[in-house]
Amino acid sequence: MKAILKLKSKPKTYAQQKAIWGFVYVLPWLLGFIFFFLTPLLTSLRYSLSTVEANAQGLSIQFTGLKNYIEALTVNTSFNRALTESIINMLVNVPLIVIFSLFLAVLLNQKFFGRSVARSIFFLPVILASGVIMALESTSLIQAVNDQNSGSGVINALGSFELERIMLQAGVSEWIVVYLTGAVDRIYQIVSQSGVQILIFLAGIQTISPALYEASKIEGATGYEAFWKITFPMVSPLILVNIIYTIIDSFSRNTLTDLVRETGFTRFNFGLSSAMAWIYFLAIALILAIISYLVSKRVFYQD
Amino acid sequence: MQATRVLSLENWKRWLWTVVRFILIVGLSFVILYPIFQKLATAIKDKADLYSPIVVWIPQNYTLENFRQVISVMDYWQTLLNTFTLAGTTTILTTISCALAGYGFARLKFRGSNLLFAGVILTILVPPTTILIPMYLNLKDFTLMGIIPLLTGKPVNLLNSYWPFLLTSLTATSLKAGLYIFIFRQFFRGIPKEVEEAAYVDGAGVSTTFARIMLPNAIPSIVTVMLFSFVWQWNDSFYTTTYLTSSKVMATQLSSLPHNLAILLQGGDASTTDPFYLSMVQDTGILMAILPLIIIYLFVQRYFVESIERTGLVG
Repeated sequence: MKAILKLKSKPKTYAQQKAIWGFVYVLPWLLGFIFFFLTPLLTSLRYSLSTVEANAQGLSIQFTGLKNYIEALTVNTSFNRALTESIINMLVNVPLIVIFSLFLAVLLNQKFFGRSVARSIFFLPVILASGVIMALESTSLIQAVNDQNSGSGVINALGSFELERIMLQAGVSEWIVVYLTGAVDRIYQIVSQSGVQILIFLAGIQTISPALYEASKIEGATGYEAFWKITFPMVSPLILVNIIYTIIDSFSRNTLTDLVRETGFTRFNFGLSSAMAWIYFLAIALILAIISYLVSKRVFYQD
Repeated sequence: MQATRVLSLENWKRWLWTVVRFILIVGLSFVILYPIFQKLATAIKDKADLYSPIVVWIPQNYTLENFRQVISVMDYWQTLLNTFTLAGTTTILTTISCALAGYGFARLKFRGSNLLFAGVILTILVPPTTILIPMYLNLKDFTLMGIIPLLTGKPVNLLNSYWPFLLTSLTATSLKAGLYIFIFRQFFRGIPKEVEEAAYVDGAGVSTTFARIMLPNAIPSIVTVMLFSFVWQWNDSFYTTTYLTSSKVMATQLSSLPHNLAILLQGGDASTTDPFYLSMVQDTGILMAILPLIIIYLFVQRYFVESIERTGLVG
């Protein structure tokens, strides 16, 4: 007993003390990580590899190998469609959202009359466009009908139609034209998903030292050159951050999430549902890895 | 002569840009505000105006009937109170646990802490769908590693209570908590080490330094995290519809509003109810659900916008 006490009361070095405190501070998260993240993750992996049946004794889990994965990819009618749809949606939206939010962040960083009002309006989507509101809004009948009736819908369609014609005549490839006009038509969706990204870019732009801009101005650089030579390289690490954020932000609203939930909770096919979720996770992880690899090679770091 | 011409050309360019910028900003602001205005216009419309072709924005007959309907169907005041309690509690708990973890990862390095931080990144990257079902089953028969059955004889069902939210936010694993830990870690890393060391030299322990020196310095990041966490919890339908099936919070009430309204009007047969009217009441419901958030935002937005610029969100 005395020995233990002695051992405990033995004065520790500064670094050791800090290390112990560090562990204490991280402990709540660590517990949560183990019980509410790692265990469910592994359990989900186990479910996905077995047939899960709920009966009177609780759950009976039988190992069946990759049967659920094969079923999800080949037998299930809606899985492939939902998976490709949500991934394509994501891939289409990510560049649009990132470019748009960078542009707006540059815009909102300039000095003009009513800047603070404009800023608070542009951050409003952070509050409004999340979760249930977004889901309900897309099904709002009145809104859809009003869009059809009142001018906005017509003007919108006309605008992008005209744009399409001009660009096609100018010899731009059709694929790009369709992509861009699609973006114009979905402007609300894009604006409303880029609130946080604008914030991140804006914060990044403000950390750039004004001395750089001053020097470039003295050397005779235009605003356009200053953007490409100063602003863009300096915020390029944040482009990666924003791409990742946009991707993980799309988890909460896509058709695949609904499909996984439906399979799990209405049809009680836990095994299949877990397999679907894992395929999705692996697909996302692959995409993230590829994007991070491609982008991080081009990112400029000051140190 | 030459100089003035160049000057005036520059001047013209500046003016042109100002105009273009103004149009862009006003236009995009309109795009953002348009749905809110539209909901507002719909909410004060009378049922009779719904099919009137001359009514687009400003209704002929003003009415507060929609609001009354929503308040009674959604059980608005009770729901508001529940949501406020839930979002408020989880916000405070999440902020505390994430600040602790963030500080631990940023400044109190121990063996393996970088590995654990990789775990934080993993929690951000794994879609919540992947762990949804085991979480659900786990919470349905909650055993806490077999401790609870030893005491009471059977596992407890934590679904339909606030416990899942309390437990996950207490342990910094709630909705998007990985992101909050990341924000805090980046911010604490940005505070100069000298500040901390001065406190140690003066005899403060680790916890005193954290509470008295670091936290007051971290107020911008605290505001950011609290706002994000409150708003996302308020709007979250992913976890609330899974964990809370009959409890009245904003997200679940909102998603079942059309159905409940149909029951009230037609005795449950949604097919005979006027879908336009349902949609109108639903729009009013959305408006009333986000109204508290907008009011809060109006008060804190200045602080929020300024603080986020000083947050370490930016590496």
